[in-house]
Amino acid sequence: MKLKLALFGALSLALAAPALAQKAVEVPGGKYAKEAEQMFRGSFRADNPSYWMTRLEQDETMKTCQQYRDNPPRKIGEKLEKLNAATIRYPVDGKLIGDWKEGEKLAAVGTGGHIGFIQPDPPGRVRGGNCYACHELAKKEVAYGTIGPSLHHFGKLRGNSDDIVKYAYDKIYNSNAFSACTNMPRFGLHNWLTPEQITHIVAFLIDPESPVNKD
Amino acid sequence: MVQRMLKTVVGVALAGAFGGMAIAQDSKVADELAKYREALADGNPADLLEVKGESLWSEKRGPKNASLEQCDLGLGPGKLEGAYASLPKYFKDTNKVMDVESRLVHCMVTLQGFTPAEATRQWYSKPGKESDIEALVTFIGAKSNGMKINVPATHPEEAKMAKMGEYIFYRRSGPQDFSCSICHGQEGKRIRLQELGNLTTQQGAGFAMKTWPSYRVSQGAVWTMQRRLIDCMRQARWPEPNYLADSIIALETYLQKNATGTVMETPGIKR
Ligand code: HEC
Ligand code: HEC
Repeated sequence: MKLKLALFGALSLALAAPALAQKAVEVPGGKYAKEAEQMFRGSFRADNPSYWMTRLEQDETMKTCQQYRDNPPRKIGEKLEKLNAATIRYPVDGKLIGDWKEGEKLAAVGTGGHIGFIQPDPPGRVRGGNCYACHELAKKEVAYGTIGPSLHHFGKLRGNSDDIVKYAYDKIYNSNAFSACTNMPRFGLHNWLTPEQITHIVAFLIDPESPVNKD
Repeated sequence: MVQRMLKTVVGVALAGAFGGMAIAQDSKVADELAKYREALADGNPADLLEVKGESLWSEKRGPKNASLEQCDLGLGPGKLEGAYASLPKYFKDTNKVMDVESRLVHCMVTLQGFTPAEATRQWYSKPGKESDIEALVTFIGAKSNGMKINVPATHPEEAKMAKMGEYIFYRRSGPQDFSCSICHGQEGKRIRLQELGNLTTQQGAGFAMKTWPSYRVSQGAVWTMQRRLIDCMRQARWPEPNYLADSIIALETYLQKNATGTVMETPGIKR
């Protein structure tokens, strides 16, 4: 009897465990999530231009990622990845490798897109990819961040096959096509970078002459 | 104050030594460190502001010609020791969860007779234009030195604010898909060379929150937590929130709750 009970206990525990693991992560804000959204939206200066305020909108990816604290169950992640892959657009001439020197500049620029009344970017400020904020790239730039993996020797290690070139382009255009809820922005989707600019950054990653692949 | 200053010096020296190993050849870093040393040669510049805050606290000012000495920051009128460390907190008289800045402004309005607009006009300093609020918050913050951050958020309204702060912390939006969490949700990450820390843990949140308000060398000014968080929203490429907005107070409640138990060391000194 005792043994049976113990067995039963162990079994139900084993069965419950995966369900628990899924349930363990509560939606941020818990039961106040809805109210929190309203409160958040009501927190902004009334004189913010309405086109600035559109930056508070969340698409399905953003909403879902928030809900799962950027760690969605695989099935939902796959759905988001498909959704994001479908957004990718290519340059009209179909060429995915541009000029690595242009790409090098874009990878370093961290300005652009700052709004507000205290310290906005001046009009016409160049908007860059800011890749160094999160990635190591050329060895000579030591002020790199670590939110993303090192991309030093990206081309040297991965080669320059069509597949790799397309992967690099797609990744920059819409990072979530490969890893839903990644911390990496979706540069093409948001028109933050143009398809042409993305080809320059691809060249910076892939071209054997690029400093990314030297040293 | 001297002991605290020593601690800051040691902390910065250590951070310098640590950073120096990986990036010895980087001149940007060397510049930053030089600026730190310069700033520290005469102590933390925030110490001057603390002194100014102390006199502003007891000076009779405003239409009612009153001081702030009867201001209740949550531990009773005039009780300053440990008050900063216990904020944000629910206040019965306003039926709101308030942080140190919103409560201070409340006192300037109710005790001294300033209008809210007058009280907040210069909520942060600009070159040549000092901010009374920065000075007062620096003074009030220092009165919690050596005490533990204590925001268990047990009152239902506080618990709710902490939860709403958590909601905002993970909320992604804007042209870079950012949330607070993408920059501050993991251990040991940095943006360029700036260490970020994991604000969702007691250790990470404690390491950050215990040092505020902080003197920012790159800005040449003391920043309050409101200023820090409003600027992080700017970095996230979001629109600008109102000063004292509930969502900032909610984030502060969430962060102070995470940091609870950490001993305060303020004013800090930062990049
Ligand atoms: C805010 C942080 C952030 C920024 C800015 C960022 N990335 Fe990333 N990146 C990441 C993270 C995190 C990963 C790893 C997770 C993933 O694959 O999405 C990543 C992954 C990648 C990968 C895939 C690496 C691999 O091994 O397959 C590439 C390529 C890449 N990033 C390129 C770039 C380029 C180029 C830029 C600038 C235009 C950039 N990233 C900007 C965070 C960032
Ligand atoms: C794009 C990046 C980014 C985003 C998004 C961001 N922050 Fe920050 N945060 C930073 C940087 C950079 C610093 C400064 C670190 C330094 O001074 O070295 C910082 C500093 C802070 C600090 C002070 C840390 C300390 O150690 O003193 C707090 C608290 C903070 N952020 C909270 C937030 C919150 C809450 C949000 C969301 C509303 C947010 N941040 C969004 C980049 C970001």
